[in-house]
Amino acid sequence: MGKTLFDKIWDKHVVTQVEDGPTQLYIDRMYCHEVTSPQAFEGLRLRGLKVFRPKQITCMSDHNIPTLNQELPIQDPISKKQVETLDKNVKEFDLEYYPVGHELNGVTHVVGPETGLSLPGMTIVCGDSHTSTHGATGALAFGIGTSEVEMVLATQCVFQSRPKTMRITLKNRLKPGVCAKDMALYVISKMKTGGATGYFVEYAGEAVKSLSMEGRLTLCNLSIEMGARGGMIAPDETTFEYIKGRRFAPEGEAWSKALAYWKTLPSDADAEFDKEIVFNAADIEPTITYGTNPGMGMGINDTIPTLEAVEESSRTSYLKALEYMGFQPGEKMIGKPVDYVFLGSCTNGRIEDFRAFAQIVKGKKKAKSVVVWLVPGSWNVVKQIKEEGLDKILKAAGFEIRQPGCSACLAMNDDKVPSGKYSVSTSNRNFEGRQGPGARTILTGPPVAAAAAITGCITDPRTIC
Amino acid sequence: MEKFIKLTSTVVPLPIENVDTDQIIPARFLKATSKEGFGDNLFRDWRYDKDNRPIESFVLNNPTYKGEILVAGKNFGSGSSREHAAWALAGYGFKIVVSGSFADIFKNNAMNNFVLPIAVSDDFLAEIFQSVEKNPQATLTVDLENQLITNNVTGKSEKFTISAYKKECFLKGFDDIDYLLNKKEVIEAYEKRNS
Repeated sequence: MGKTLFDKIWDKHVVTQVEDGPTQLYIDRMYCHEVTSPQAFEGLRLRGLKVFRPKQITCMSDHNIPTLNQELPIQDPISKKQVETLDKNVKEFDLEYYPVGHELNGVTHVVGPETGLSLPGMTIVCGDSHTSTHGATGALAFGIGTSEVEMVLATQCVFQSRPKTMRITLKNRLKPGVCAKDMALYVISKMKTGGATGYFVEYAGEAVKSLSMEGRLTLCNLSIEMGARGGMIAPDETTFEYIKGRRFAPEGEAWSKALAYWKTLPSDADAEFDKEIVFNAADIEPTITYGTNPGMGMGINDTIPTLEAVEESSRTSYLKALEYMGFQPGEKMIGKPVDYVFLGSCTNGRIEDFRAFAQIVKGKKKAKSVVVWLVPGSWNVVKQIKEEGLDKILKAAGFEIRQPGCSACLAMNDDKVPSGKYSVSTSNRNFEGRQGPGARTILTGPPVAAAAAITGCITDPRTIC
Repeated sequence: MEKFIKLTSTVVPLPIENVDTDQIIPARFLKATSKEGFGDNLFRDWRYDKDNRPIESFVLNNPTYKGEILVAGKNFGSGSSREHAAWALAGYGFKIVVSGSFADIFKNNAMNNFVLPIAVSDDFLAEIFQSVEKNPQATLTVDLENQLITNNVTGKSEKFTISAYKKECFLKGFDDIDYLLNKKEVIEAYEKRNS
């Protein structure tokens, strides 16, 4: 029997198998950020250990950092201390570091792929659940906790139980005006928030193959939102073309050798998955969420499910979610006023997302009633925005571009949505309080966010183009 | 680390599904650089209002319910990989979380902090909630050695799964790093084979 993409990479990285226990898996690359690493470095110090393979660790601050005036000291003393702790730790343990303001700084999951640090066939971890993003390059990438970060720092290995495999095939193509984020939100709305728990997902099918790398990164990014350990896509010409020439990508002979290996990675034709799920990509509409987990999503013109449509045992949780959001079962979302719009994060902070946003707002004006935060995912994205002249289009429409960071996705910095306000957000989570205590988040792709920024309400972007 | 063998305790019921780690410990409390003090902010925004007054209707503010076992609706610990969620539960004093299912990363994080996640069937979970609703003094007994959880009101027991390796870690108080550090030679041999 053939092997899946997942099996091939997993099997190659098994160091030992503990009897009736986890697999000791070798990790090719780990990213560290300021929030989930301090206790891991402290653990090393307490045990008197060094970092085992410092060259395989890359660090950057992204979660806490301001998106305005980064050149000035961070105002919040606790955020400042956390960022400074990473400064100290990378110095003490001699690690590669992109501090605030560095030309390679940005959101970890944007920076890794765009610098060529994340490559097909690698095992990649980070103390962050959206590490699944890197799976779009054909890597086996997953989020870990801080104890596991410490394990990797100390031994370059983690203990993991082998997940089951699932293939999600999206046949046919997306309709015009529908993007990768819609595809992801659609899949999660069908799978529900815990529907892929215990599985590692491979995305396949014509709609996935025809996505750009940016789109694939968005799709894999959201895998965790249905509980999957990670998501991945077989490397192909789109992948190779994206990686070639990137800063840390292999060159010359090393490139040819790597390419030959990468081409062996896609799942064999006779490989079997523990679960196969098929969706028709042509069914997907621009998708939005109405509740407090990413599985509570629907087509933008649909109505919020009635109570009768929800399983009886889940009704208490369902009503709690709608009460938090201030919505009624059975009502439409279209036309509802919004207060904030956020474009950015590891989900939608890439150049393609800014292109999509700019295309819709071009020649129009920002709604006065809406506060809009446009936060590029990295300094490299900022550079591309300028090179392509998107900054001029956005400025003419009344928008300003901020500096890179995780920003309002989890509101650890000053970019907080006030209590009770509605935020149309291209990020990844609509949990209660995610964008600030009491904030009400509606997840969408960049086109719906752009339409809301222009009209001040939930709008189908296809009706204003 | 404290060893864990058998525990009988009253429970704190939280019959909400899909409790995500942002609820267990909101992001604004992740700025600490140590593992201490997170228990004070466990379920912060369900527990306190914006003026930091306890919200009476939330179960942790109800003196009727106490115990070292938290019982929650299915898919507990979804979302962010923040281990701070496990530190908050441990810091508050929970030793066991019972649910219908757990998110994968949370499960690892909990076990790495000696908080035991026990997944039970939907029926068993529903019965625990019923037992506690009728009598807040209802207890559960968790016997790790035999991998058995018992509802002492109904007398019904259910077997739960845990790998032999992890069970040993709990029973003896070992952690994964202790084990991995003894494997350095194997790791170096792996690197040589794959270079």
